[in-house]
Amino acid sequence: MDRLDSLFASCRAERRAALVGYLPAGYPTAADSAALLGEMVAGGCDLVEIGVPYSDPVMDGPTIQSAADTALRAGFRLRDVFSLVESVTTAGGRAVVMTYWNPVHRYGVDAFARDLAAAGGLGVITPDLIPDEAEPWLSASDAHDLDRIFLVSPSSTEQRIAMTTKASRGFVYATAVMGVTGARDQVGSDAPGLVRRTRQHTDLPVGVGLGVRSGAQAAEIAGFADAVIVGSAFVARAGGDQERARSEVRSLAEELAAGVRGQVS
Amino acid sequence: MGDVSGDDGAVRTTDAAPPVGTRPSGHDPDERGHFGPYGGRFVPEALVAALDELHAEYEKARVDPAFVDELRGLLRDYTGRPSPLTDAPRFGEHAGGARILLKREDLNHTGSHKINNVLGQALLTRRMGKTRVIAETGAGQHGVATATACALFGLDCTVYMGEVDTRRQALNVARMRLLGAEVIPVRTGSATLKDAINEALRDWVTNVADTHYLLGTVAGPHPFPVMVRDFHRVIGLEAREQVLERTGRLPEAVAACVGGGSNAIGAFHAFLDDPGVRLVGLEPGGEGLETGRHGATLTAGSPGALHGAMSYLLQDEDGQTQETHSISAGLDYPGVGPEHSWLKDTGRAEYRTVTDAEAMDAFQLLCRTEGIIPAIESAHALAGALTLGRELGEGAVVLVNLSGRGDKDVDTAARWFGLLPGEDA
Repeated sequence: MDRLDSLFASCRAERRAALVGYLPAGYPTAADSAALLGEMVAGGCDLVEIGVPYSDPVMDGPTIQSAADTALRAGFRLRDVFSLVESVTTAGGRAVVMTYWNPVHRYGVDAFARDLAAAGGLGVITPDLIPDEAEPWLSASDAHDLDRIFLVSPSSTEQRIAMTTKASRGFVYATAVMGVTGARDQVGSDAPGLVRRTRQHTDLPVGVGLGVRSGAQAAEIAGFADAVIVGSAFVARAGGDQERARSEVRSLAEELAAGVRGQVS
Repeated sequence: MGDVSGDDGAVRTTDAAPPVGTRPSGHDPDERGHFGPYGGRFVPEALVAALDELHAEYEKARVDPAFVDELRGLLRDYTGRPSPLTDAPRFGEHAGGARILLKREDLNHTGSHKINNVLGQALLTRRMGKTRVIAETGAGQHGVATATACALFGLDCTVYMGEVDTRRQALNVARMRLLGAEVIPVRTGSATLKDAINEALRDWVTNVADTHYLLGTVAGPHPFPVMVRDFHRVIGLEAREQVLERTGRLPEAVAACVGGGSNAIGAFHAFLDDPGVRLVGLEPGGEGLETGRHGATLTAGSPGALHGAMSYLLQDEDGQTQETHSISAGLDYPGVGPEHSWLKDTGRAEYRTVTDAEAMDAFQLLCRTEGIIPAIESAHALAGALTLGRELGEGAVVLVNLSGRGDKDVDTAARWFGLLPGEDA
């Protein structure tokens, strides 16, 4: 057991879903984001997704767009993501990176995989890379023993779900709604059906993200998925006064961690 | 199209039905949309089903006589094709005595080449049973053409436009609204064309079930680069016949401006298999390459993925897209269509730059020598033709794609030349 397999095995043993929390690297600054990621892990995130701020994030809504802008203006450099990953792993947490493809392409796909693996990162979530175009990444992730988390969508055909899950390793990311990232009041009605369809094609764990923001929603998703993925709700708490931000990020992680265990206050 | 007939040398235009360029051409990408290492689909999975649907529909339509005939009828009766070929001898005196021939896409309905593609995609939208169209626009020409086709076909229309561009092309914003479109100013990023495309993609990811994204250039994920190109091939197919008819030979060179590259690919394509014809794309040099304030993607960029395709791209060493500058809103874009990247690498086409100042000089020269006010985008091609003509020498034939008219640019030009009331000219 290596990479993410052991995490999902232990969650299954506890008969619960895993909690995955997202924050953009370097938001609001590099030092702040390291501290915030620490709070997420301490608050109960089983896995953190460290986002690479990108100039043209077409899958992201206003909250994450604005955070990415802030991080880039504060001087974020791609290599900073590796030290953040290292800070999480040395603190005993687990980290994957979520990135649009061009920064990886530009860095060099194999070099990126090598440096991420060296920092202790477990894999990469690729919102705009589909397996059809992923040949260099399939090779690099094999060579450096990284998981590759591709996305499936409510609009995906059976054939595409089959092909995408076959190319995936670690878990599969199911987007709960048709749309961009951002906290929503209700879990997408497409989500349970998409998870069910995905499971017909794979034994990999299936995580659900896009629009999750409360413990109650986490509990609802934990009822049908293997991982609950929360992004914008963390990002919305991460700006501004950092003492307050750390405390709010920590308490959201705790609320969601209770949610994935079916404990909703 | 036309026949040269009779000993009197009289030219009789016989049948004005424009050629439709959708038939597979021998220059199609592979089945996943790759032109060499470029193109493909770098998109969220959520869009793949819609792209597959569009691709399947286009593959059927492009060889369906009913579709081709309907498009041909629209190009003739609605757009006003074929567009004329105009000799520009007084302008040519400034181009080393070369014979400059202008392909008059500016005379199309809505004032630019953009309508060629829009009508084709509007027909496809109807075939797919979708009721809502979204589009991005830079200079506003594609937005106006899209709003026009949506009015014609009774489709709901939303156009995303960078806020900076809504200010410098305010007249086109009003035109789109007159035609019934909703224009949404985009304030994110650099608030120009690239950000308008981001916002259109976000809308499409959300509303893909009933919405067609009517992309306005030869960039984007497969099948857009090949499909948009095919709808613009009419430009070169007509022009090649017209030049042969007019001069009895092929041109030495074809010049066209390149932002995303749609008018250039349309003009170039009919000449790809004519090795003696140089294909020259003119990129926006802005304030000069050395200043960093330009949009010369092919000249100064490197390969990367943006807006759904692998192609040349203006990016920093971390792969972040760089801000661009051009006096021309329609060329102010950090990416370019993947087929242009392939034509550059294979050497079949060459790409040069024209600065804002050079473009504006050519703009004014065409106004004063030929009585034609060109779009500032097209003025880049004109500036390139002045240089090419001097290089090629007297009597050389240079075909220039005059991709749009300059009405929308009068305000910008008046400021540039100090022609507004209260300013000393």
